Amino acid sequence: MNMRRWLAVWLACLWVLWLVPARAQMTIDITGGAATRIPVAISPFAGAGQDYRTVTDVLAADLLRTGEISMVDVSDIAPPIAEPNDPRFGMARARGADAIVLGHVLPQPDGRLEVRFRLMDAVQQTQLAGYSYTVRPDQLRMVGHHIADIVYEKLTGVPGVFSTHIAYIIQQGSQYRIEIADSDGQNPQTVLKSKEALMSPAWSPDGKYMAYVSFETGRAIVYEQALDTGKRFVLAAFPGSNSAPAWSPDGKRIALVLTRDDGSQLYVMNADGSHLKRLTFGGGIDTEPCWSPDSKTLLFTSARDGTPQVYMMPSDGGNATRLTFDGSYNVSTRWSPDGKSFVFVQRMHGQFHIAVMDMASGQAQVLSSGIDDESPSYAPNGKMILYAAEVNGRGELAVVSSDGETHERLSNAAGLMEQPIWGP
Amino acid sequence: MKKTVLGLVIVGLLAGCSSEQTKPDTSQADAARAAAAKAAADKAAADAAAKAAAEARAREAALAAQKINPLDDPNNILSQRSVYFAFDKYNVGSEYQPMLQAHAKYIEDHSNAKVQLQGNCDDRGSVEYNLALGQRRADSVRKSLSLLGAPEAQMSSISFGKSKPRAQGENETAWAQNRRTDIVYQSE
Repeated sequence: MNMRRWLAVWLACLWVLWLVPARAQMTIDITGGAATRIPVAISPFAGAGQDYRTVTDVLAADLLRTGEISMVDVSDIAPPIAEPNDPRFGMARARGADAIVLGHVLPQPDGRLEVRFRLMDAVQQTQLAGYSYTVRPDQLRMVGHHIADIVYEKLTGVPGVFSTHIAYIIQQGSQYRIEIADSDGQNPQTVLKSKEALMSPAWSPDGKYMAYVSFETGRAIVYEQALDTGKRFVLAAFPGSNSAPAWSPDGKRIALVLTRDDGSQLYVMNADGSHLKRLTFGGGIDTEPCWSPDSKTLLFTSARDGTPQVYMMPSDGGNATRLTFDGSYNVSTRWSPDGKSFVFVQRMHGQFHIAVMDMASGQAQVLSSGIDDESPSYAPNGKMILYAAEVNGRGELAVVSSDGETHERLSNAAGLMEQPIWGP
Repeated sequence: MKKTVLGLVIVGLLAGCSSEQTKPDTSQADAARAAAAKAAADKAAADAAAKAAAEARAREAALAAQKINPLDDPNNILSQRSVYFAFDKYNVGSEYQPMLQAHAKYIEDHSNAKVQLQGNCDDRGSVEYNLALGQRRADSVRKSLSLLGAPEAQMSSISFGKSKPRAQGENETAWAQNRRTDIVYQSE
């Protein structure tokens, strides 16, 4: 990573910390990156004599996180280039940019802000995209994420995921919380607080509901909660332990693990809790169900052959096929959004790493190098994997690009973070 | 114990005093009054003595129970309550047989005793797999106790997975402490 990029990231962090000092915010650290990156210049946004760098700083940080885009610095050009007909437009190209983001902000009489931006091909001098957003001043970060989604898709052909959200468990002293944050870990919102353990948050495919495991009654019970109203209901409270909820991508069913009959076994029910059906038999450990993108197949962890390994079975029940054979501990699998591979946790030499397996070839690639990396989940576009890492005995969140080239850490001084899951 | 003895001595002295109050009298009225007084005093003394004796017995029983509760006696094998496991294992080691035998007999002999087997794991690896593994660890201890004669109806099992570590720290000493099943009597 070159100095300029380090500086840009460092400045972005400083800016964020200065902007909202009252909040315990995440800090972001990026390493690595793709061999060839698209050089992009972002002209800082301004308007009516005011500086609106929040938008462009969020945009730059998002694009840098992918490892596929590099920044060409044009922050010294004053005033910033706001329109393509600006005679200084060529300066960005002269500095090596393939694309340039221009824009400005128009304050409205009602206090809202209109943010206008254009993505220009710096070589052809043609416009690739142009949008306008009218938002409250506290929504400028969101605008930055939306612009990043558009720029990323125009430049790479892959939809961006910067305006999506993540959920995770944070443990602070004796308190557990489920939190939801923006994809960059900022703007955290509490979903639930508890003195007892909370586990396994799971998003509904539309992002409106969350299922999770709570020990608040003394044993593991699965709840479902509406994220807008906070209203919740018990999804599974059968005798014994109820855990590992997973929504099918079509939103119709929920797979989960119950011990009510015989060991930890897989079950599936309708999303409203009706029509419970047992899927696995044998009384050993079957857990961590995960749906294929077409909702027809489940990946899961089973110790039926003596050690925990990844298996696959039809989501209506049937025979299971073992998919992992290397090593004695392969768990916590998640299907990639294109259905072609799955990510999982592999124990090697006493350490736990994130690995990805190509389903056609059966070849696995290790993506992380921590001591205790856990709970991987794909970004909706399949390009990044969010997971929990242990750093100096503290739980942090980490993101790795699906090619293993770019690594990022999100740490939060407020508490220990674990079990992250990328949502819609 | 000393206190109880002292209490009995005092009761005895009081009883002695009350009997000394009943001196023979020549007058009939006096005799009748004296007889009534004696009867009342005797009854009061007997009641007091009985009450004190009952209290003493209860105290003694409580103290005795405290002293000899085998579950709390550090010299008794029943005071051992944890079965430890190797990484990713749930088989109960043979070294725990004498301890489990003692608990099975105690549970069988005390039909009102209820135990919960609580399975735990070290904090590495999958949260959900550890929850299932902790359940296995609890269930395998329950099965051992059942085979040794403890009635199933008096036992239940639960897993806390890796959510309730007893020992903090990222080293084998701490992890080994956390891979265990605790035998918890429900009144405790």
